[in-house]
Amino acid sequence: MPVSTANSKIIFDALKEGGVRLMSALPETWLVHVIRMAEDDPDVTLVRLAKEEEGVGISMGAHLAGVKSAMLMQNHGFLASINAVVSGAQLYRIPLLMLITDRGTFGEGDPWQTEGGAVTEHVLNALRIPIMRLDDPAQVAHRIRQAQTLAASSNRPVAVLLMRDLMWEAA
Amino acid sequence: MTRLDALRAVYGRLEPCAVVTIMGAVAAELQSIGHRENFFYLQHAMGLASSVGLGIALSRPEIPVVVFDGDGSVLMNLGGLTTLARYRPANLLHVVFDNESLLSVGGFPTATSTGTDLAAVAAAAGVPRTAAVSTIADFVAAFDAAQRARELTTLVAKVDAKGPAAFVTDLGLLENRFQFQRYLESR
Repeated sequence: MPVSTANSKIIFDALKEGGVRLMSALPETWLVHVIRMAEDDPDVTLVRLAKEEEGVGISMGAHLAGVKSAMLMQNHGFLASINAVVSGAQLYRIPLLMLITDRGTFGEGDPWQTEGGAVTEHVLNALRIPIMRLDDPAQVAHRIRQAQTLAASSNRPVAVLLMRDLMWEAA
Repeated sequence: MTRLDALRAVYGRLEPCAVVTIMGAVAAELQSIGHRENFFYLQHAMGLASSVGLGIALSRPEIPVVVFDGDGSVLMNLGGLTTLARYRPANLLHVVFDNESLLSVGGFPTATSTGTDLAAVAAAAGVPRTAAVSTIADFVAAFDAAQRARELTTLVAKVDAKGPAAFVTDLGLLENRFQFQRYLESR
């Protein structure tokens, strides 16, 4: 599978370095390595979800209980979780760190991803959620730290978009 | 039994617990008995009270967590039962007040009014302990048994479709949220 193991490790290490101890996730091709790393790491609690909106509730609870968390999901999973983001994380001012794979944009070969790809950033903008794009492995740690810092200082969700050039190594 | 009487019956037992409730009648009734800093009322995001409780329970395994859920909310997040069951935190008691109605939004009958059995759904999802009760005495006994068992329990309490006259209280949502967070920090 041409998902970048090396860049997945950079992402996972940056989350750990930032103090993230709970990650919730749904399977997504681009996230398989990050999810496996979370599962294999004894310092990280991985919560496998049935649907992404649960992850918003779990991250709310973790934050109120003093644990830093992150959500790992596809952009369609983000679209499925919007009411939880609005009526949970935004209403209650939770610094929610969402790592969202940017499927369905330039280079996408799967027809079923393309509608979601076309609307993801528009929806994030409509929700006033700041977007940090990760496409260069050299910038990953720095940008994840900046995203965490803004989430914490604003007490609001932030979106870190995992772009194709970072995650996918197909020719 | 009424939900208010059920809440009154276990109110004293909530003192050492982190408590998460759903919106509407449950939140207003618990506040009418007496708000405490260890109570968090999820006044929207329907369905996610059990997920918030799971996040707290996994993060602070030494603190007993009680979630007061409702049939309408559980039906919006049935998948969440499978996630609860998968991680089955021993410190989480999931109470579901089942009045067979979306009472807080006008009384629309839920699927439990036509036969859906939420205790059976929870058991089939893999929740290790489940119980269904319909009297105050049975509710209190099942609540205590769940706390003693130290095992994830979903306790379904059939209650009357009755609620308070008003749902908005003078406790601000963010006031509640930050107070609850500081309470957990202090534990």
